[in-house]
Amino acid sequence: MLSFLGHRLLQLIPTLFFVSVIIFGLQQLLPGDPALIMAGEERDPEVLAQIRKQYRLDQPIPIQYFYWIKGVMAGDLGESMRIKKPVSELVLEKLPVTLQLASMAIIIALTIGVGAGVISAVKKDTWLDYAANIFALWGISTPNFWLGILLIFLFSVQLGWLPASGYVSLGEDWRQSLATTIMPAFVLGNAIAAVLMRHTRGAMLQVLTSDYVRTARAKGLVERVVVIKHAMRNALTPIITLGALELGTLLSGAVLTEQIFTIPGFGKLIVDAVFNRDYAVVQGVVLVTATTYITLNLLADIAYVLANPRLRG
Amino acid sequence: MAVVTAPDTIAAAGAETIESPGRRAWRRLKKRKGAMVGLAVVGIMVAVAILAPWIAPYDPIKQSWSAVRKPPSELYWLGTDEVGRDLLSRIIFGARASLSAGLISVSIALSIGVPLGVAAGYIGGWIDALISRITDAMLATPFLILAIALAAFLGPSLGNAMIAIGITATPIFIRLTRGQVMAVKVEDYIEAAAAVGNPRWRIAVKHILPNILPALLVQATLAIATAIIAEAALSFLGLGQQPPAPSWGSMLNTAQRFLTNAPWMAIWPGLAIFLAVLSFNLLGDGLRDALDPKSR
Repeated sequence: MLSFLGHRLLQLIPTLFFVSVIIFGLQQLLPGDPALIMAGEERDPEVLAQIRKQYRLDQPIPIQYFYWIKGVMAGDLGESMRIKKPVSELVLEKLPVTLQLASMAIIIALTIGVGAGVISAVKKDTWLDYAANIFALWGISTPNFWLGILLIFLFSVQLGWLPASGYVSLGEDWRQSLATTIMPAFVLGNAIAAVLMRHTRGAMLQVLTSDYVRTARAKGLVERVVVIKHAMRNALTPIITLGALELGTLLSGAVLTEQIFTIPGFGKLIVDAVFNRDYAVVQGVVLVTATTYITLNLLADIAYVLANPRLRG
Repeated sequence: MAVVTAPDTIAAAGAETIESPGRRAWRRLKKRKGAMVGLAVVGIMVAVAILAPWIAPYDPIKQSWSAVRKPPSELYWLGTDEVGRDLLSRIIFGARASLSAGLISVSIALSIGVPLGVAAGYIGGWIDALISRITDAMLATPFLILAIALAAFLGPSLGNAMIAIGITATPIFIRLTRGQVMAVKVEDYIEAAAAVGNPRWRIAVKHILPNILPALLVQATLAIATAIIAEAALSFLGLGQQPPAPSWGSMLNTAQRFLTNAPWMAIWPGLAIFLAVLSFNLLGDGLRDALDPKSR
């Protein structure tokens, strides 16, 4: 286990290095003089010179990278040019909002996805199985920004049950907080539920035909016990870790969902930064996202090894 | 009991295996209803995109102040938008942006990803290590976030959105190609090709590539679906097709502001994206089954 952990941690180093190179390299894609773009309307030569000095734009690219990564490792992701706040502070401010949304989305995805997958496998080739498969295909093919708009139209415009936009934190008023986040969480969870459903169905179908399930049935156990106690326990181990790997889908989805429902989270931060040409924020958010994703991948791998005694070694 | 002589056996076996891989895949694909529906819808959409100037009832960017936000009617089958433009015509022309974004960005991903994947898988060593680590790094950044970041730095336009989506989709093709090449390169026929003195590039192009094509074709079909959603998402955020040119994503963005008065503005472009993505997904799933040697 320890050697596995050490090996995985060692693999992280080059991955994180190249992630940082790619994100730093984004700045080089800017057409023209980055200082001019960063300055925006301000064309005062003194301001331009100050920007060049501050961001070391007058230095060779490897030197610029060195200072940038040195800052990043010390927790300095740069400063937002528009809001005039450190990017790390902005990220920490917005993170709880997206985390709440993501947690709710994962709960919704696991409930619907795993539930539909198990039912679909147990009731294979019945109308329930077909319905679950159609749901999965719908979930994978529906753009979440369209689903968000349709839900707003139905639940906010037509029925008036839920607010169309805005956000209230859990600490402020938990009921209102749930009301403002339930639709975006469902939108985010929908696509992941579809993926989880397909995987759960596949895993369950495999397990349900295995020898130990046949033995459990031969012992005269009730089908419900066979499914829940024997089949699901084994089939769901990889599914739980798959849930962690779907974080990428979740974060990508959050960008659009937060935009539609005007939720001031991580996703909205990056979109607003893109429109305001606040490139330090874009870089900072992408870096934090990638690092979180890599860390969760590692944790998912460890959880998988821990859950599977044959892999512990 | 009939005795079958050896030549007869060979002839019979020859008659059975004469079917080319392409024909066999097509025969298997035809049996899959979902895939055929997907193929038909994709075909119709491609035809609509090509014939757009001839079949669209109105000019997609012509505004008409007397027809602002008209619901679907005989005159405007899908209704009109906030400046009186015909939604059907905009959806027909929007198919061009979406489908070309899907095709071009996947072509970009293939043209970068496949050579790099072949190099990593076939040459190995430090080249493989370097390419694989860069691939890992790109895959570590969520797809749409990387595409948004790239599009933001490149500047908002449909062309840049295609480049951003293409680059973001590249690592998937590198990883797939590398894996396939590593599986194929140990086959006897590759060793035989090397033994008779074929140069490495010739082995890669003539012997390895044709054998990994089926897997690439399946992935490319599914990647088109992802690219169509990504283009719509970037256009929705204002980073793709720029107004007044029509794009399904930007149409949805505008529609959001008129949900109370003109909900039809949001329904049709979303449905178009959904249908396009669903069709490519169905086709990709069908191709995967049809090209799988284990399936019959």
